[in-house]
Amino acid sequence: MATMQCNIVSAERNIFAGEVERVVAISVLGELGILRGHEPTLTELKPGPVRIIHDGGEEEVFFVSGGFLEVQPNMVIVLADSADRARDLDAAEAEKARDEARQALQGKSGEMDYQQALAEIEAATARLRTLSQLRNRRGNQ
Amino acid sequence: MAAGKEIKSQIGSIKNTQKITSAMEMVAASKMRRAQDRMAASQPYAGQIRRVVSHISQANPEYRHDYQIDREVKRIGYIVVTSDRGLCGGLNSNLFRRVLQEVRQWRDQGVSVAFCALGTKGSVFFRKYGGDLLAANRNLGDAPEASELIGSVNVMLEAFDNGEIDRLDLVYNEFVNTMSQKPIVRQLLPLPEEDVDQDTSSSQEAASASKGGWGYVYEPDAQSLLDKLLVRYVESQVYQAVVENIASEQAARMIAMKNATDNAGDIIDDLQLQYNKARQAAITQEISEIVGGAAAV
Repeated sequence: MATMQCNIVSAERNIFAGEVERVVAISVLGELGILRGHEPTLTELKPGPVRIIHDGGEEEVFFVSGGFLEVQPNMVIVLADSADRARDLDAAEAEKARDEARQALQGKSGEMDYQQALAEIEAATARLRTLSQLRNRRGNQ
Repeated sequence: MAAGKEIKSQIGSIKNTQKITSAMEMVAASKMRRAQDRMAASQPYAGQIRRVVSHISQANPEYRHDYQIDREVKRIGYIVVTSDRGLCGGLNSNLFRRVLQEVRQWRDQGVSVAFCALGTKGSVFFRKYGGDLLAANRNLGDAPEASELIGSVNVMLEAFDNGEIDRLDLVYNEFVNTMSQKPIVRQLLPLPEEDVDQDTSSSQEAASASKGGWGYVYEPDAQSLLDKLLVRYVESQVYQAVVENIASEQAARMIAMKNATDNAGDIIDDLQLQYNKARQAAITQEISEIVGGAAAV
């Protein structure tokens, strides 16, 4: 049967690229099977399997945690999310980032103290180095 | 002149340091290669999203998302990407200098500033510098996942949605090549025109498409797709910046450690010379003492 080009990419890497006969994915409106010559479509995917049927019926399954699917005349592109993106999960992640910022400013964790001490040592050694360089230069004159 | 034994032990300790720095150099070199691979691997996703976004924008010229509308800037947000660790030359301090320079310019125009720090060094810096830190990520490690950054990016996007900030910039170290990394500032929001609107003008595909319009079937509808895609696009830009910054960090560390190893070698040579002189002086002195003693007898 006729094949088409299929690319599955995530933010981190290329997951799949090659000639396929059919792509089956689950969009927000239901299951979607795509063959060569499918109407150009852009749709959002639900978390679930994306099945790829190679020429000859061999099947390969990729799990995506949501994303987008674009169909061009002879090409299918899946933009896969790299993680589950439920709304409340996003909010939880955001809260975590805010917490880290607060912690960083208040510096309640021991690790931050350590990091700050390190930064101060670095600054102090840089100052010392400059001083000794200056002294050397003056000594040589 | 310092005693021979002291110089000897100094040489020993510098040799140990040299071993450490040369090991760090090699580790950084291999990590850099891997970071470069990840850099390359993250490009297709951002490219595809950019293409799709510009399709939709062209097909729906009447709809403009908030992220595409310029507004008067009263407050600007910066996402500052730094490394987790030090010992990478002036990489982070150059970046901070660049940020402060930008901030000063904005403040002169009466614009206030908010920050988001990705990477431990950034958090430490803003703790000392002060400033309005909205979100932070620490300990990203060598191979952060895009999902780890979602939280911080989300905070900044929310701030943009609520009108707390009117523009969002991304600051990171551009990987020019192994020898040079350059801190750069890029505008994320509102999306620069060339990012979405003119991107496809080069491809033939788009030329034919703009004539006939994109006969796309959108599920559920174009606008909600665009909204979500734009968020993903910003996230992928930030992820790319983080990965690129890691490559820069490793390259900078590799060079810094190479210099340290070379310097240690120079110091060892100097000390060795001093040691030989001291030894020679001691022998000469002994001989002259013996000769002097023999003459006296």
